[in-house]
Amino acid sequence: MLIVTCPWCGQREVTEFGYGGEAHIARPENPEQLSDEEWGDYVFFRKNPRGVHYERWVHTHGCRRWFNAVRHTVTDEFFGSYKPGEAPPTVPVSKG
Amino acid sequence: MTQINRLSEGGRIDRGKPLQFIFNGRPYTGFQGDTLASALLANNEHLVGRSLKYHRPRGVFSAGAEEPNALVQLEEGPRTEPNMRATQIELYRSLRAASQNCWPNVRFDIGAVNSWLSRLLPAGFYNKTFMWPPSLWMTYEKYIRKVTGLGESPVDRDPDRYEHRHVHCDVLIVGGGPAGIAAALAAGRSGARVIFVDEQPEFGGCLLSDNQRIDDNPAMEWVRRSMEELENLEEATVLPRTTATGYFDYNYLTALERVTDHLPPGRGDHLPRQRLWRIRAQRVVLAAGSIERPLVFADNDRPGVMLAGAVRSYINRYAVLPGEDIVVLTNNDSAYQTSLDAHLHGARVEVVDIRPRPEGQLVEKVRQAGIPLHTGSAITGVHYRKGVEGVDVMRLNDEGSAVRGSSNRIDCSVIAVSGGFTPTVHLFGQSRGKLLYNDDIGAFVPGDCHATNPNRSAGACRGSFDLGDCLNQGFEAGAAAAGEAGFRTSGPVALKTERMEQGAFRALWTIPCDHPVGKGKKKHFHELQNDATVGDIMLAVREGYKNVEHLKRYTTTGMGTDQGKTSNLNALGVLSELRATAVDRIGTTTFRPPYTPLTFGAIAGQHSRELFLQKRKTPMHPWHERNGAIYEDVGDWKRPRYFPRAGEDMHVAVQRECKMARKGIGILDATTLGKIDIQGPDASKLLNMVYTNAWSKLPVGRCRYGVMLNEHGMIFDDGVSSRVGENHFHMTTTTGGAARVLSWLEEWLQTEWPGMRVYCTSTTEQWAVASINGPNSRDLLSELTELPLDSENFPFMTWQDAEVAGVPARIFRISFTGELAFEINVPACYGLYVWETLMEHGEKYDICPYGTESMHVLRAEKGFIIAGQDTDGSVTPYDLDMNWIVSKKKDFFGRRSLDRSDTSKPGRKQLVGLLTEDPNEVLPEGAHVVAELKDTPPMPTLGHVSSGYMSPNLGRSIAMAVIYDGKNRKDEKVNVRLMNGRTVKCRVTDYVFYDKKGVRARA
Repeated sequence: MLIVTCPWCGQREVTEFGYGGEAHIARPENPEQLSDEEWGDYVFFRKNPRGVHYERWVHTHGCRRWFNAVRHTVTDEFFGSYKPGEAPPTVPVSKG
Repeated sequence: MTQINRLSEGGRIDRGKPLQFIFNGRPYTGFQGDTLASALLANNEHLVGRSLKYHRPRGVFSAGAEEPNALVQLEEGPRTEPNMRATQIELYRSLRAASQNCWPNVRFDIGAVNSWLSRLLPAGFYNKTFMWPPSLWMTYEKYIRKVTGLGESPVDRDPDRYEHRHVHCDVLIVGGGPAGIAAALAAGRSGARVIFVDEQPEFGGCLLSDNQRIDDNPAMEWVRRSMEELENLEEATVLPRTTATGYFDYNYLTALERVTDHLPPGRGDHLPRQRLWRIRAQRVVLAAGSIERPLVFADNDRPGVMLAGAVRSYINRYAVLPGEDIVVLTNNDSAYQTSLDAHLHGARVEVVDIRPRPEGQLVEKVRQAGIPLHTGSAITGVHYRKGVEGVDVMRLNDEGSAVRGSSNRIDCSVIAVSGGFTPTVHLFGQSRGKLLYNDDIGAFVPGDCHATNPNRSAGACRGSFDLGDCLNQGFEAGAAAAGEAGFRTSGPVALKTERMEQGAFRALWTIPCDHPVGKGKKKHFHELQNDATVGDIMLAVREGYKNVEHLKRYTTTGMGTDQGKTSNLNALGVLSELRATAVDRIGTTTFRPPYTPLTFGAIAGQHSRELFLQKRKTPMHPWHERNGAIYEDVGDWKRPRYFPRAGEDMHVAVQRECKMARKGIGILDATTLGKIDIQGPDASKLLNMVYTNAWSKLPVGRCRYGVMLNEHGMIFDDGVSSRVGENHFHMTTTTGGAARVLSWLEEWLQTEWPGMRVYCTSTTEQWAVASINGPNSRDLLSELTELPLDSENFPFMTWQDAEVAGVPARIFRISFTGELAFEINVPACYGLYVWETLMEHGEKYDICPYGTESMHVLRAEKGFIIAGQDTDGSVTPYDLDMNWIVSKKKDFFGRRSLDRSDTSKPGRKQLVGLLTEDPNEVLPEGAHVVAELKDTPPMPTLGHVSSGYMSPNLGRSIAMAVIYDGKNRKDEKVNVRLMNGRTVKCRVTDYVFYDKKGVRARA
């Protein structure tokens, strides 16, 4: 069972959290001007890497706040958590 | 015949405490300190069960967790438990156990006919034979389950209690042998929080079964002193009878503590039966020991064939000599110690060693003791009738590929086998660590740890079998683990042990016999529990199941309750020979938890019965209880479904409730409705984004219905929200959607618009809600409030604050039934009082409480949808004919998706009403409206029935459905095909069935 670090509360069991999929996807500011394809990209398409993944988590059974984390999808190692709007931490080159 | 195999002295049993027990209906006696297995062996009972497939007689094979044969049904009635390893059942007074897999009894078993038919029952037999036709599988299955399968599950409720404990520690040490104790001492002395678990009642591991010495004293003396020291350390938790069963990510381990299983059933007093520990450890030291491998020789499954180490354990630990004539078959030196111990206790022993030139200190000792030694030889057959009577021994050729010369019979009753030791790497494997093959011991040992699971292995589980090495590795691992957890540790401790120089072992995965292996009557079992033989592996390879994972499933090797603890490596070895590939290139199957089975009780812990799932109850619940409500679970809520009067079933009750609500007055407990208080200068901006219609200009005091879409443009919730103040809204959601909607709002506010000034607070449980519906509801409410309730002063779709029955209330004039209705919200603490007051004053109006079932019928009469019932995540507002609710002037979630080609195309599934030709026929929800009738399915579908009820107010059945191009099918005749093959003819209609103009709610 993973340990997830909430930037506000610290290390907690993964069962306290909800998973929010890929991070850093902004809602388009001008949906009306997008083609079906562009809008479809925003709604439907997500990365699914075998390796380092920037993703969203929410501390559902804690402070209820959203944040981002960097996780290796194979080893489940976390390379850091950060608040919305903050820059992601650097991932060790050997792990990337 | 009592305990004829019991030695007169020695052992760790208490001869002063005899214990009577029953096995297969017969009384026996053992001693405190025995296991069921040792007590049976003391009474010379070798035959304890029958094998799974061939029903061959089987006996006690091991002395521990690896036991594949001696599985018994323990106790009877609600406490009965199948597949219990006799080698791990601590004997208690009046224990009852019985053999499994045999009928009518273990000595005469009808299923043993499978053994004669074994040529017809090869590997994969069940898959091949019973595959076709699939419709007959049910018949086959019943038969197969009767003759195979292990014990029986209890059918009654478990009377025992279980619990979970969640703990953190600095160092967890698994395994209480010499390496584990040394690690615990090193870590414990540093002040680290240590948890030390071992599956046995006593710590000591292999030292319990051997007569080794530490610092010139019996090793158990060192164990005693060490455990005393550990017990006295403030930060150390010592858990005997506790098996670490699972190793999960980030050093999270589960361990099953059998708290009172060693006592007669029900004698644990206040203690639970078992406790499941969930341990998060900074560092883990694995000192799980090793498991002896059998040698795979002809008819090696006979009762009386035992692991050599187990024989030693029965002699030294339990004071039981399993037989007086023992033949030892080995490929390594360790079994020589067994020979010496048995010889010392008066057994006649002969050693058969497959190595041509064994050498080592133990071999010398055996020679000096005058024990006959047959080198370069093998057992080629077992003489067995009611027990083992002897073995045939022949010389091996140099390669070990065949036997030669003539066979020589040796009479014996017990065959002690050793094929070397397999490190217990199960937990290490579960921790995603890398395994490396070690040729010196012919087994896998731990390599690098997985990044998230820092651990160390010490002792036999790392492939080191010398006592001194085990102790040193233990001290080292314990100190390093504590050091990494931030504790200062002292230097190494030197203990004096005797090092026994041992000769090399010889790998020979299959022991040849006098006819080709896999042919003829003699069987070479590599897997005892699931009855798989070397012949089966050969067949699997011939048929192409060469991959180890395929082999496992085809031969069922390692798929028993023992997970192949004694068989997996031999299977790999045989496979490697057949494929002429090195074992390390073949790889292992995946190690999966649990290491040994655990009970469902332990997994559930305290979360059973009333504590299994929390029940949410409204403040009015006591009234519902008193008035005979039948409940429906909605999420965690207990909602009254209907209130039957004497003699009424659900149908009759619901028909009455629906009529009374429209004629006079009906009252519904609507407390569970989701409620979210939304405040802040940007509140209306937020609502504009989450609802499809416009909210900025909604005047204070007004209510409005809205639907919420996800970004796909599909409806996921709906409800009425009201403007309480310029910057303040009261939002309602569906009962089941309340948490989801709040999370949805929070997600957007936090991640996309952190600058928006809005606060969202769940108020579902703060408000109790009584919804009164029907023409008399105004008269009733006016008795309890000063507020003018006429439509001019209190129009439809508005709300007002007022006192109701003397308590502060917020009244919403909204309606989910289409009747004149008021939803009376009061602080939760007044909910029951206000409800009771309404019931009291309503009596003269014949007020009728109704539940969710009538609520559904009443709303369906009006064509109101239920999000999640009439919608399923693929329905847009357009599909529901709700174009009026979709604003063209603003953005909102899902807005852009409504213009996507698929979402906006004509002919999508759309909401319609359905009226059956026969007005008494109620369409079941989920039934398919078919486009084309055929004799048998499949047939193309138009869509499905989403709601179907008998409407008392229309005097006929009604239904709603979502079907392709529904908007253009008005008055079309369609067919609904039912599960039972019947076809119901229907007509497509408008989905509003009652009061189409909507005048009643505005009355």
